[in-house]
Amino acid sequence: MNRILILGGGVGGTLVANLLVKRLRRPIDDGDVTLTVVDSKGSHVYQPGFMYIAMGGERAERLARPERSLLDRRVRLVVGDVVRIAPESHVVELADGQWLGYDHLVLATGSRIVPEAIEHFAQEAHHFYSAEAALKLRHALDAFTGGRIVVGIAGMPYKCPPAPLEVVFLIEAELRERGLRDRSELHFCSPIGRAFTIESVSDMATPILAQKGIELHTFFNVETIDPERKVVQSLEGEELPYDLLVLVPPHKGAQVLIDAGLAPAPGGWLPTDRHTLQVGGRPDVFALGDATDLPLSKAGSTAHFEAPVVAERIAARVLGREPDARAGSYEGKVVCFFEVGDGKGTLLQFDYDHPPNPPKPNRFWHLGKVVFNKTYWHTVPKGRV
Amino acid sequence: MLETPATPAITRTIDARGSFCPGPLMELIRAIRESQVGDVIAVWSSDRGSKIDIPRWIEKAGHRLVALETRDGYDEIVVEKLR
Repeated sequence: MNRILILGGGVGGTLVANLLVKRLRRPIDDGDVTLTVVDSKGSHVYQPGFMYIAMGGERAERLARPERSLLDRRVRLVVGDVVRIAPESHVVELADGQWLGYDHLVLATGSRIVPEAIEHFAQEAHHFYSAEAALKLRHALDAFTGGRIVVGIAGMPYKCPPAPLEVVFLIEAELRERGLRDRSELHFCSPIGRAFTIESVSDMATPILAQKGIELHTFFNVETIDPERKVVQSLEGEELPYDLLVLVPPHKGAQVLIDAGLAPAPGGWLPTDRHTLQVGGRPDVFALGDATDLPLSKAGSTAHFEAPVVAERIAARVLGREPDARAGSYEGKVVCFFEVGDGKGTLLQFDYDHPPNPPKPNRFWHLGKVVFNKTYWHTVPKGRV
Repeated sequence: MLETPATPAITRTIDARGSFCPGPLMELIRAIRESQVGDVIAVWSSDRGSKIDIPRWIEKAGHRLVALETRDGYDEIVVEKLR
């Protein structure tokens, strides 16, 4: 008997489960392999859609589906919170007291936002990293009649690296459409020495910021928010007044991983081999998606391209063979769309050895993102693309 | 006789080798947040961008670049927290 246990029903966990069914159908049907996904809610949420709740046109109810509906019928789904992982004894404990043993463990536990790490964040700053927060930002934008908008990043790493730039571009376009642009100032704060971590993308985005009259502040690491004076202050000693503040909240990995000694505090990101996706040198534990410490985008796309590698490596272990040299090695592939406003977008495609060379923003890639978002449910989680 | 500024003792060393931009800078920022004024932090980075980005950040943040040395396959950047 081979017991495969997958923690997390997001893009990575769901896709690994469905790909494993394709590779191990016979032993699963014969009862030699069990495949279990544990998810805290039992609901699969398409998080890239949150930004569109804030920027118009999207609704929270369209962004979630039952996890059960996305999994092959051969996969057992357990809904519950994981409270303990004991890697030495190969068991996982759930909040309801249930114990699940495993022979192969996949950690697809994602990342979580911790806005409480910055005082006054909840009262003063808007964000778009949950459906509720994105809707609140939408209402704030609807009520906005002019003033200073500051968009920034209050901690790295964070989910979907292009998102804050996309949001400032989309807000700028919206203000122009609403006739509020000449009554508004827009500021974009980056924690590093340029607009974006990847140099070629920064080189593409910086002239667009300038052309749209959005002031770029580099090396701005958010330290404090002063609600009385309505200013956000950086570790570097700069401060920016705001009328509307939009900040990416700090992110961390799952606490249960830190508690289990699998990921170091305070970040909680799993030490993951960049090619095999094994965790901490353990042959039976794999990670993918946001949960890893890999120097890549925390994005569904990363999990999407990591999942076939994890599936191949686990299938090889189950079948007692070596993993395929090509299919069993992750080369850092990520592909994501990047909105620049005014109905235009571009595409970022890269891997460990090849930085992105984004095409000039155009309508095609904006429409590509729209189509991808709408067809996601039928494609990515089911392993069809 | 010329006076040379004394090189202060290193309080903490961050081994960020193998981490890519902006990892080493973010590790340094975390260490600076956790340190006291006067502490001296050494960062080891194998990312080629660090020896440009980190000194720029140190200047902007108002700290002191104590040393920058290329060693065997990595750079050591030493910073004193001034405020």
